[in-house]
Amino acid sequence: MNHKIIRTITALTAATALLTTACAAEPEKGPMAEAVWVKDQWANAADTGMAAVFGSIANTGAREVRIVGGTSPQAGTVEIHEVVADDSGAKTMRQKEGGLAIPAGEARELIPGGDHLMLMDLTEPLLPGADVEVTLRFEDGSTLPVTAQVRDFAGGNEEYAPDGHHHGDEGGGGHHHG
Amino acid sequence: MVERVSRRRFVAGGAAVLAGAGLTGCATARSAAGAEGFGTATEPFFGPHQAGVATTPQAHALFVALDLAPQPGRSVRDALEAVLRLWTSDAQRLTQGTPALADTEPELAQRPARLTVTVGLGGSAFDRAGLSHLRPPTLSDLPAFRTDRLEPRWCGGDLLLQLCADDPVAISHAARVMLKNVRSLTRQRWRQAGFRNAHGADRSGATMRNLMGQIDGTVNLRGDAEFDRLVWDDGAGAPWFAGGTVMILRRIRAELDTWDELDREAKELVVGRRLDTGAPLTGTRETDEPDLTATVDGIPVIAPNSHVALARPRHDGERFLRRPYNYDDPPPPGQTTDSGLLFATYQRDPATQFVPVQRRLADADGLNPWITTIGSAVFAVLPGVQPGQTLGEALLR
Repeated sequence: MNHKIIRTITALTAATALLTTACAAEPEKGPMAEAVWVKDQWANAADTGMAAVFGSIANTGAREVRIVGGTSPQAGTVEIHEVVADDSGAKTMRQKEGGLAIPAGEARELIPGGDHLMLMDLTEPLLPGADVEVTLRFEDGSTLPVTAQVRDFAGGNEEYAPDGHHHGDEGGGGHHHG
Repeated sequence: MVERVSRRRFVAGGAAVLAGAGLTGCATARSAAGAEGFGTATEPFFGPHQAGVATTPQAHALFVALDLAPQPGRSVRDALEAVLRLWTSDAQRLTQGTPALADTEPELAQRPARLTVTVGLGGSAFDRAGLSHLRPPTLSDLPAFRTDRLEPRWCGGDLLLQLCADDPVAISHAARVMLKNVRSLTRQRWRQAGFRNAHGADRSGATMRNLMGQIDGTVNLRGDAEFDRLVWDDGAGAPWFAGGTVMILRRIRAELDTWDELDREAKELVVGRRLDTGAPLTGTRETDEPDLTATVDGIPVIAPNSHVALARPRHDGERFLRRPYNYDDPPPPGQTTDSGLLFATYQRDPATQFVPVQRRLADADGLNPWITTIGSAVFAVLPGVQPGQTLGEALLR
């Protein structure tokens, strides 16, 4: 685990170096990515389709940050999803409007059954024990690369919203690894 | 109503415990019942050696052997690397009381009770992963011993997962997490659970008593110098293995029904030690050196074919670490008991340390009619890791 943190720190440092000059005019409003820590990140295994990424994201800065998307070499697109209960109590998963906002000094947990990142249209299988690279994109355009360990996970099998553009039976659950 | 009854019973139980502590005048009994308990105690994970070898033995142990069984399209070597990456992450968190990643029962991780995770590789793992050239020369199969009655269901394995803790709940949780995380990469081969006296039931560091009633493991390694010389590999045979050790796990069934037929004097003669104190028949304390030359009316006090006489190392290089646990499993239909010893030993080189002693015992030990070795496995316990490293990293690099 710790090497993941170290890699995240390294990535943070690199991002800082790249972005410091661009924002020299407003040092108190540095890039959002610079204020953010990601830890305990992991992704669920999937052969095809999509896979979720979970973890803890902390905003150590003095203003709200907002994650609006991301990229991954192992996925077509990266979306931010939420899980909501309908009137009948059934939980469905859908894209989170406006992305994920984290108030200053607070942290948000990306957990099965809650908010999470979704790797869409996997370009290769995510196998247990391997790593997946994900770069978070913030509202201000700054980015934060993180490395998540892939794990076999049976939970978080919420249905997709009927109007969603995803296929609810396509990966994500990881049951096929059992 | 039910609540009131159980509350009264609880209070009464508490009073009984306090009274017991008062009678024996044992101060530690009270501190052990403190608010925190021993569940929050931890053993370090990082270091030159894996924990669970030199660690003061915990009360409970689980040994699980697995075979690498990757899904189609994934190589055995890739699967091995994936298992070690997942287990390194899980072990460093769970042993420190932190839930594993993707832990579905995180509350169960919060009281590790000195949980240690120890990972080893069987010789077959090196061959199957294309790493035969890196197999430590000391990791060789044991020769067949005359008294072995080995059952395949307790033998071999590509991977060993050894979990030890003072609380069996911590072991169950760690086992569930670590085994399900590798379920698409491995197949379980065997699983052996063992125990010693419960935590706090005996003074710390006391030699355990096995289920035949004998104090077991009196002569053992002590101190860093002995471990460095006799347990930890120095990398001479395979540089990546420096800091590792070779572990042998023998499942030794106790034939308790026939053991019952012996009187105490005969039992003590067979072993060469007294049952009550563990002292050699020539001494008065457990730690007294057995005097193998002592005779009474020309007859040796300690019989030359007693367990003590034959198990005694003939020279320093025949010593090794013993870290055994009792087992007591459901017997086959029609039998009363299936119990014995999970005889776990750790040594730099089994061929020069374990094998000569075991050969002497197999050939002549007076205890042989009452013990039967039914399982045997040998593993290379991987060197320890520092933060940021993965178990087996030096092997797979």
